[in-house]
Amino acid sequence: MKAEEFELPPPSRVNYLNATYGLKSWLLTKDHKRIALLYLGSITFFFFIGGLYALMIRLELLTPQGDFLQSTTYNKVFTQHGIIMIFFFLIPSIPATLGNFLVPMMIGAKDLAFPRINLLSWYIYLIGGVITIYALLAGGVDTGWTFYTPFSTTFSNSYVVATGLGIFINGFSSILTGLNFIVTIHTMRAPGMTWFRMPLFLWSIYATSLVMILGTPVIAITILLLAFERVSRVGIFDPALGGDPILFQHLFWFYSHPAVYIMVLPSMGVVSELIANFSRKNIFGYRFVAFSSLAIAVFGFLVWGHHLFVTSQSVYAGMIFSFLSFAVAIPSAIKVFNWTATLYKSSISYDTPMLYALGFIGLFTVGGMTGLFLAALALDVHLSDTYFVVAHFHYIMVGGALMGYLGGLHYWWPKITGRMYPEGWGRFSALVIFVGFNLTFLPQFVAGFLGMPRRYHAYPPEFQVFNVLSSAGASILGLGMLIPAIYFVWSMRYGKVAESNPWHLPGLEWRTQSPPITENFDVTPVVTWEAYEFAPPEETEIIGKFGSELEQPA
Amino acid sequence: MQSWIPLVPDSASTLSWKVDAIYFYLSGITLFFTLLISGILIFFVIRYRRRSPYEIPRPIAGSHKLETLWTVIPFLISMTIFGWASSVYFQQYHPPDNAVEVYVVGKQWMWKIQHSTGQREINELHVPVGRKIKLIMTTEDVIHDFFVPAFRMKADVVPGKYTTQWFEATKTGTFHLFCAEYCGMNHSGMIGSVIVMEPREFDNWLSGNTNSASPAAAGQQLYQTLGCVSCHGANGEGGRGPTLAGLVGRKTPLVGGQEVVADEAYIRESILNPQAKLVEGFGPIMPTFQGQVSEDQLLQLLAFIKSLPGGSSQPQGTASPAASGSAAPRPVASPAQPNRPAAGQ
Repeated sequence: MKAEEFELPPPSRVNYLNATYGLKSWLLTKDHKRIALLYLGSITFFFFIGGLYALMIRLELLTPQGDFLQSTTYNKVFTQHGIIMIFFFLIPSIPATLGNFLVPMMIGAKDLAFPRINLLSWYIYLIGGVITIYALLAGGVDTGWTFYTPFSTTFSNSYVVATGLGIFINGFSSILTGLNFIVTIHTMRAPGMTWFRMPLFLWSIYATSLVMILGTPVIAITILLLAFERVSRVGIFDPALGGDPILFQHLFWFYSHPAVYIMVLPSMGVVSELIANFSRKNIFGYRFVAFSSLAIAVFGFLVWGHHLFVTSQSVYAGMIFSFLSFAVAIPSAIKVFNWTATLYKSSISYDTPMLYALGFIGLFTVGGMTGLFLAALALDVHLSDTYFVVAHFHYIMVGGALMGYLGGLHYWWPKITGRMYPEGWGRFSALVIFVGFNLTFLPQFVAGFLGMPRRYHAYPPEFQVFNVLSSAGASILGLGMLIPAIYFVWSMRYGKVAESNPWHLPGLEWRTQSPPITENFDVTPVVTWEAYEFAPPEETEIIGKFGSELEQPA
Repeated sequence: MQSWIPLVPDSASTLSWKVDAIYFYLSGITLFFTLLISGILIFFVIRYRRRSPYEIPRPIAGSHKLETLWTVIPFLISMTIFGWASSVYFQQYHPPDNAVEVYVVGKQWMWKIQHSTGQREINELHVPVGRKIKLIMTTEDVIHDFFVPAFRMKADVVPGKYTTQWFEATKTGTFHLFCAEYCGMNHSGMIGSVIVMEPREFDNWLSGNTNSASPAAAGQQLYQTLGCVSCHGANGEGGRGPTLAGLVGRKTPLVGGQEVVADEAYIRESILNPQAKLVEGFGPIMPTFQGQVSEDQLLQLLAFIKSLPGGSSQPQGTASPAASGSAAPRPVASPAQPNRPAAGQ
């Protein structure tokens, strides 16, 4: 079925945005699309707070001396940058906004399986967020986002328990969202929407949801133990009471490493959508890309020990974790190769979302490959806790997760708001962000290899050149982020009115009006086509000598 | 501290180049794959750009052969890195038997260092070039991390236990010492230097320094004042308590039939929490010394116990200047240098 061929009913003037009015209609909504927008507003708020902290870090590090902030303030700033960005922006980012909006639309459902739980999850997120903001305003927290004991339990004089409570509560919103997605994908697919006809975004959201449900309880337990220990000295982590401070690190990373996949898997899903749809080609090796998401989710739970290579963990345990860390890189590599192969003989447009997707592949490749440096035991001894690590995980979290999020936001913006963003500005800002990002974090790899430790308020002068480059890049990156913030808001009122299917794509979410009606579809769709079916399957091409063993798209 | 290649840190230990070799190998692989992927991407993006808005390319079938190819090749490459890096890691964390021991205690926000000959230093570590140095480390408060980039060595310093690492400096000079595990307010001020000297200069430095008692001698003093002597005997020969002479590194049977290798961690635990692992044949009569001995003093007691003659342990420190039969190079520094099998790690 060609993208241009399907018929849509004439758009109705009523859509989910104007179906009902008033604050109450938003705050008590059970519409997954409105909840997605509630999330979008809140995570954007947290993103800019986290961004301000990043700005302060980069300002301080312009010069080797600690002259802009006091060391106690600086320690709080980097801690809070991490906590806000990870727990209140990156983890909910794609699942809670794009996922919430698109999971029902992509499977042809009216809503998620549990609309009230969906709303509840946003309120829980908000309560967690408010408590955390309170903790920051009351005095902040200075333990690093990693809360390592015994510093966090015994030595820190900051708002550890309040912040922990915020994160603890916020975790439940993540669990509820994951639960909702899993049940929805299992039970609410439209007739004909088989598992292997689902867009790959749904596979990655499904895999992410598994991690959310299985991993988040562990961080909840860990934070609870931390609070008990801090308040009443129960002796779980304190060696003076017979506890083990390293135990905390095991528990913490058992969640926090999989949490990296909560951040990056949805982004990979978005990129699969963008690559296929903006090249009008079915994804090469669909099943491999789909199952690699599940493989990442499963293996992701078995690699936490690679954060403990220098903690006196047994060298044999280190070897096992190192091996598994190399293994978890393979499914990511499979994705990158398949995305690249998809572009072969395709029809590539240069729209903003595609620029983000291409940027993602490049940056994620660097982020993933530098992850191998840290999985390699002997090398990790030198590199761990240096700026190399900082650069590596920003390539994954910003270059990966954030690029995918921005790409997805541009891609689905016409569907969400019914308006187009300005394409020229979109491309321009994508370019600015790409350049700014690389200028910020590439020098940090070098500084890290040269030995600059992370979380340093002041540093030896020989590292200054790298920090100046990095701060310059960060200011470009910051400006690059402001541009979309401005034009997205602008476009909601002044943007060109979007067609129902502005990109001419076959996916279900494009087979209804923009913005959609509250029920998403007038009639429950019946799916008779494969994912990314731009041309009839009979026309399928087999490449060269690899044709003997076929994975037929049908 | 940069070498003549401005993008590579100074290299000053026997292990540095081994770590760097892996780094360059991996950098080559990274560069290759990044250029490969981005090269192909750029080529495709230009070659297959959309030429008309109505253009619909043919769908493509997947290929198991290609999938296998790009699963197996990266896996094999990553296994070469895995194997190589693991073998160097074993060297990094297995101190050689003939290393000179130096005690390190981290504390917010300073490094306290004591040589086995007694010299104390703060935020500085003087070592002779070309000699293997083993650091036995702990902390008085939070987790710190002893990181010397020029030696490519780093290990956490964890409260409640001893961690070890070792190095052999290959050139003289002053090198950065960083705390690499965030430890609170003045974390970035918890820095110092490792000063690598010619052996002769190092000897001068040793003799020029106010000579406090060696850790073993101080430990012997403590052994008397804390009353250990009444049960374990003046020379650790035992009595109501188990024998200490020659204990370190030896397998010891426990009440309940288990065995434990009496390493530094075990001895520390047995001083602080004697009931945890009772030696076969002895009752739970020893009081705990938790809160009564500092980390420094624990290390001194340990040094004294190690210095007791007998068994696998060699004489050391001021206890007895008996010669060692080990084939290790004789350090020139001190007549009373420690030279005995490492006590396991």
